[in-house]
Amino acid sequence: MIKARSGETLVKNRHQNLGLSDEVVLSMYENMLKARRVDERLWLLNRAGKIPFVVSCQGQESAQVGAAFGLNREKDYVAPYYRDFGFVFAWGMTIKEMMLNNFAKAEDPSSAGRQMPGHFSYRKLRMLSHSSPVTTQNPHAVGIALAAKIKGDDLVSFVDFGEGSSNQGDFHEAANFAAVHKLPVIFMCENNQYAISVGLKHQLACAHVSDRAIGYGMFGKSFDGNDPLAAYAAVKEAADRAHRGEGPTLLEANCYRLMPHTSDDNDMTYRTKEEVNEAKKHDGVLTFAAYLRSVGVLTEVREKEMEDQIRNEIDEATDYAENAPFADPDSVLRYVYEEKN
Amino acid sequence: MQLPVLSYIEAVTQALDEEMSRDENVFVMGEDVGKRGGVFQATKGLYDKYGENRVIDTPLAESAIAGVGIGAAMYGMRPVAEMQFSDFMLPAANQIISEAAKTRYRSNNEWSVPMTIRAPFGGGVHGGLYHSQSMEAIFANVPGLKIVIPSTPYDVKGLLKASIRDNDPVIFFEHKRAYRLIKGEVPVDDYTIPLGTADVKRVGTDVTVITYGLMVHYAMQAADKLAAEGISTHILDLRTVYPLDKEAIIEAARKTGKVLLLTEDTKEGSVISEAAAIIAENCLFDLDAPIRRLAAPDAPAMPYAGPLEHAFMVKPEQVEKEIRNLAEF
Ligand SMILES: Cc1ncc(C[n+]2csc(CCOP(=O)(O)OP(=O)(O)O)c2C)c(N)n1
Ligand SMILES: [Mg+2]
Repeated sequence: MIKARSGETLVKNRHQNLGLSDEVVLSMYENMLKARRVDERLWLLNRAGKIPFVVSCQGQESAQVGAAFGLNREKDYVAPYYRDFGFVFAWGMTIKEMMLNNFAKAEDPSSAGRQMPGHFSYRKLRMLSHSSPVTTQNPHAVGIALAAKIKGDDLVSFVDFGEGSSNQGDFHEAANFAAVHKLPVIFMCENNQYAISVGLKHQLACAHVSDRAIGYGMFGKSFDGNDPLAAYAAVKEAADRAHRGEGPTLLEANCYRLMPHTSDDNDMTYRTKEEVNEAKKHDGVLTFAAYLRSVGVLTEVREKEMEDQIRNEIDEATDYAENAPFADPDSVLRYVYEEKN
Repeated sequence: MQLPVLSYIEAVTQALDEEMSRDENVFVMGEDVGKRGGVFQATKGLYDKYGENRVIDTPLAESAIAGVGIGAAMYGMRPVAEMQFSDFMLPAANQIISEAAKTRYRSNNEWSVPMTIRAPFGGGVHGGLYHSQSMEAIFANVPGLKIVIPSTPYDVKGLLKASIRDNDPVIFFEHKRAYRLIKGEVPVDDYTIPLGTADVKRVGTDVTVITYGLMVHYAMQAADKLAAEGISTHILDLRTVYPLDKEAIIEAARKTGKVLLLTEDTKEGSVISEAAAIIAENCLFDLDAPIRRLAAPDAPAMPYAGPLEHAFMVKPEQVEKEIRNLAEF
């Protein structure tokens, strides 16, 4: 086992044990960094009055990216939710497409500017379209798995949602359906401790969202949502179970929402700066970078290259999206129903 | 050549069977649709013929039935989801209205939901408040949905096949009372009836009745009686209640200049109220009498006790009286 020196302590190489090469973990980190830097830029654009709304991913990138890497990115179907920047980048969406989405321009692949930002959809990438009422995507993910089972297609259907959303009837109905029919679904809750202003204590009476799994007769597991390797391992294990015909899994990524709920929220009305600052110490983007440095995978040169490249890409994408046309106003009448010919 | 006579529900089963054998992507899901063949027997025999993979008994959870159907449809299947009674669709309303209806639109035509939701509806079956309702008006303000309500076995087969083959979500309401009461000739061959088209069920010159579902038969009976009195009734069966066949409504209203709009749903905000607006907007000056609406009272739903149910439900005599009044106007 390779060990490297990090300050005083010897850090174990954890990714090799998971069968992940150095290049793969660097790619994970790159996707996390993309999500973080894009998110930061969006807040600036919002404060500058260029985009009306931001919904933020900060604090959840590790779980999102690790999860995407645990799936088959050529085959599996996914239903990410509005915070899943890290997930959709790792799944193949580009920064340019993300900016087009946030500027609500015609070329936005998710909806051509019809939906609010973060309502991801990308047919080409087998990424389902989702709406604003939370957790409605869960039964859709189950439907994908049911259809695949009927057709005899070997794939996994993956869905993300928040812990507050895990109280919705659709969460329950979808989980139960998937378990009864032993469908290859991975339900991953990104528990960021808040549903807008309401903390976990006022959302669930059980200790963990994953505790609910037993009620459906499915496998459940919580993991450190600040650690992409933990997310990778958990999702990989769930995917393996699904492929073996062992049915769905309920995962819970424990993380923390570092930013207000959205650009319209003031989180200082319900939590403290101290609490947020404490959480920042565990920020996965920072701790994973530190890990990668300590095992000698992320060099200073490589890190700078990554940052520069992402910044350039964001600059270009922002310019492009800002100047790109909106969809034609007459298009509001289109695609209500199938248009024949 | 004599055509086979089927009951309304047999036409449902036949259409399902034919579509399932024609297209392997068609499958049926719902509560008790499998071994039991449905509580009304609409899916009778399908489980034995197609197996549990394509005739799926779901958990008792309507939002999942609709939502899982949507997911399967996005994968490329053509699910036919049964809501055991239309009254129990409301837990699935969010999936139907927020999801199925808007998926094509919100994804800018990338994803679509070719799903049919079948739901028995309607009163006069001693079903009480929650096994008697007409639910169409709740969904008839939702662009992206199509709502079909057949009145005859012939229309059932042609419209159900068309609904299943349609590439958008269709709610297909079947009248429970009609299931065994209404029989009619149904060709053995494969035919479809285009969605969105109303049908003239009887040609007449004095009064036009515009209606759908079981009420078509009430209107036909009344028309037969009134013919003896020399009153000629024109009957338009809407068949698709959303989006409405506007041209057919306007044409039927112009035909006689006297219009009775008939539904067994409660009156205010009902589908026929929209028909009244279409007529008022397009051919008010062709009318020779004010538009009349005959509907159930604006009370929550049909009570169970016999006399109360009878009082609530639209009655054939009322239909007859309304037509006569209009003829004499
Ligand atoms: C059905 C529904 N109710 C309310 C809302 C408004 N809303 C949007 S996000 C949100 C909180 C969601 O919290 P959680 O599920 O924990 O996800 P998070 O935003 O924290 O990632 C609420 C109440 C909604 N979108 N949908
Ligand atoms: Mg939350």
